[in-house]
Amino acid sequence: MTQMRTQPETVSPPGAETQPVIEMRDISITFGAVRALDGVSVRLFPGEVHALMGENGAGKSTLIKALTGVYTIDSGVITIGGEQHEFHSPAASQAAGISTVYQEVNLVPNLTVAENMLLGREPRRFGSINVREMNRRARRTLLHLGIDIDPRTVLDEHPIAVQQLVAIARAVDVEAKVLILDEPTSSLDADEVEKLFTVMRRLRDEGVAIVFVSHFLDQIYEIADRMTILRNGRLVEERMVADTTQLELVRLMIGRELEVLDRLDRAAPQTDAGSGTPLLKAVGLGRKNTLEATDLELFEGEVVGIAGLLGSGRTELARLLFGADTADSGELAVRSHRRRLRSPRHAIDRNIAFSSEDRKAEGVVGDLTVADNMLLALQASRGWLRPIPQATRTRLVKDYIEALDIRPADPNALMRNLSGGNQQKVLLARWLITEPEILILDEPTRGIDIGAKAQIQAKVAELAAQGLSVVFISAELEEVLRLSDRLVVMRDRRKIHEQTNDDVSVRDVLEIIAGEAREGETRA
Amino acid sequence: MPENPTLVQRVLRHQLLWPVLALLVLLLVNVVAKPSFLDVRMQDGHLYGNVIDIMRNSAPVMLVALGMTLVIATRGIDLSVGAIAAIAAAVACTRIIGAGDEAALSTAVMAMTYAIVVCIVLGAWNGLLVSVLGIQPIIATLILMVAGRGISMAITDGQITTVNNPWFSDLASGFVLTLPLAFLVAVGMVVFTALLTRRTALGMLIEAVGINPEASRLAGVRARTIIWTVYGFSGLCAGLAGLVIAANTNSVNANSLGLWIELDAILAVVIGGTSLMGGRFSLAGTFIGALFIATLARTIPNIGIPSEVNYLFKAVVVIAVCLLQSPKARALLRVRRPGAPTLVKAGSPA
Repeated sequence: MTQMRTQPETVSPPGAETQPVIEMRDISITFGAVRALDGVSVRLFPGEVHALMGENGAGKSTLIKALTGVYTIDSGVITIGGEQHEFHSPAASQAAGISTVYQEVNLVPNLTVAENMLLGREPRRFGSINVREMNRRARRTLLHLGIDIDPRTVLDEHPIAVQQLVAIARAVDVEAKVLILDEPTSSLDADEVEKLFTVMRRLRDEGVAIVFVSHFLDQIYEIADRMTILRNGRLVEERMVADTTQLELVRLMIGRELEVLDRLDRAAPQTDAGSGTPLLKAVGLGRKNTLEATDLELFEGEVVGIAGLLGSGRTELARLLFGADTADSGELAVRSHRRRLRSPRHAIDRNIAFSSEDRKAEGVVGDLTVADNMLLALQASRGWLRPIPQATRTRLVKDYIEALDIRPADPNALMRNLSGGNQQKVLLARWLITEPEILILDEPTRGIDIGAKAQIQAKVAELAAQGLSVVFISAELEEVLRLSDRLVVMRDRRKIHEQTNDDVSVRDVLEIIAGEAREGETRA
Repeated sequence: MPENPTLVQRVLRHQLLWPVLALLVLLLVNVVAKPSFLDVRMQDGHLYGNVIDIMRNSAPVMLVALGMTLVIATRGIDLSVGAIAAIAAAVACTRIIGAGDEAALSTAVMAMTYAIVVCIVLGAWNGLLVSVLGIQPIIATLILMVAGRGISMAITDGQITTVNNPWFSDLASGFVLTLPLAFLVAVGMVVFTALLTRRTALGMLIEAVGINPEASRLAGVRARTIIWTVYGFSGLCAGLAGLVIAANTNSVNANSLGLWIELDAILAVVIGGTSLMGGRFSLAGTFIGALFIATLARTIPNIGIPSEVNYLFKAVVVIAVCLLQSPKARALLRVRRPGAPTLVKAGSPA
């Protein structure tokens, strides 16, 4: 981390003599009546990691799409190496040396790593593809970036993180001057992020300008040199990362004091864990190849936080508790009645609600309106013959749009046109409308902006204070610790630790996870 | 683009614009070829003319397309509708012949009711294969598409069965309020379906299942029940269509009755603007689409297309209409203006 501060000469604050590799000046883009970008200027210098900061809807994606030629700009100038450019297609942007790696890896899963890296540029011999040369070139590029995988293996065999690195390797192989990484870390665990950062540092030191978008502030502070902050389609400020505190940054991004992100103080739960009857009780709940036998108790008005890395079993547990997958061992009791949850429908009938981590695939019904999306679960439980009366519909939808500050505040907007944070709020509303007793939230704040995140956290705290029982799962330990009364730590598909959350620190939790790892090593 | 679209802009953006336009153009072509094409005359209190014929002839396709619309909205497809129509006709005709009084109203009602019940059961069979056994809709309904012809042949002993029941033949050739009964039955079903799907939550739940099945399941939607319902409904519609077709000739030929009607119906749905990818559906679009198919059938003899190329002609027209509906093709047709990125930004059309 100190290494990146040792070369301030490559990082040019405003007024420096180094020439930017790309300069975007006064860029504006309008969609219908909406000004998505309003006179935004960004400069990218060679050999820097440049963070693009802003809430959802601030204009980050639009800016990236303008730079990659997906959108045509309405006004403004893009200068590359002193020359003015106009992009009308992604191909034109790529030809100018701009490469992009998106959040979802867009490679061909059933081709080999080498084939993916050189797709469309395969070395040829006698008219056919020279496989040996292709593999050799791919290996060279990979090694150069410090990625140790066999280029002959099929891409699909590798975890998402490695696939992402392959995507970067492909981008680098076309000799990109500018590499755009749009939320590359959102599905990576800590180790994988570190690997990615190593590659990023190497590329930066070679003079590539890297545009980095991430919702994780810590990552920004670890890797980025300079940043451009956007808000509501406008440029707020260009800043050196080192000169900006996190609090300042957050303030610049959302334009107001963010008291919600401070510790959420609220009344202690009425029921002490361990006494009384738990609302939900799982004993030895498990599923082959998914989750080892796990015990869990959830009391009324209690928030149980589940911490653990990706693949630790946290999502798998949530799915079993909701009947999204069926358990093949163990027992589940709701209010002391033993239940076998064979489907989500069973769980919903027992007043359990579950918001999946995979918002897009398992939550959002994109072509329906916000109102329909909100009312889907309630309507489903009423059955199709009993439509929700129009007056009730209007009232419920209006209430929740207001309560959760959903934007646009238009019940008839199509769900797919909303930003991730607003979609997440709609999904939360979908479940709150069913008036559940148990709410299972799996990564409810992943990939959404900090304002929406704070609002969702505050809502969860408020609901728990009113007596709702919540299972809260998040990759962000701070968030889990801030919200939960009791903490469950998972690792390797089982529960390894449970305790009351009395000022547990992130460090404590990390040690629990790591300590288990050491123990595992000695045992093996 | 201004914030409040003018009337012209609203019309231009309306999803029914292209189907309606296609239908109007087709009618125009007919009028040019034969200026008296749209003439309608009154005789014995009934209306007669090409337009009235088109209405009557559109009934079977409209009925089948109606069921097909809901099936397609759930990401499915029903290839068995033609065979189900043949079974409905075979069941009804053999029942009428076998009854004590062949010409009685009660005979016709009983026979038709019986046929419709059989068709609902057959539709439910499709639903079982798709929703419970998880067979792909195209394969699941292919089974009955093939087997259904065999069943209807078996019912009629492979003979062309002719019936003599005035009430039954009224279903195709009768008039009510000067309009053909068959058309009124079809329109009645369209209205009934619109009420059924839009006044209850059925339409929204069908769309939810079609757009995102997994999200719907996790939200507690009983997708199985819904899929059963739409295939059963498709069977019902196909059965009604079969009865109309049989009533038109007072006979049933198990080999040819309703042959290829599934393709016409799918075309009607697609022309009407419902995507084969499932999700949002438009019953009004299907209504227009069915009228378009029936008008096209009338156009071929009217403008003097030789019979040996009529399939070819039909294919060309359908391709043209589908291209008109495709945003990509429309973008290519449009005069290129520099820096006009509207289509890219708007993303996929609603």
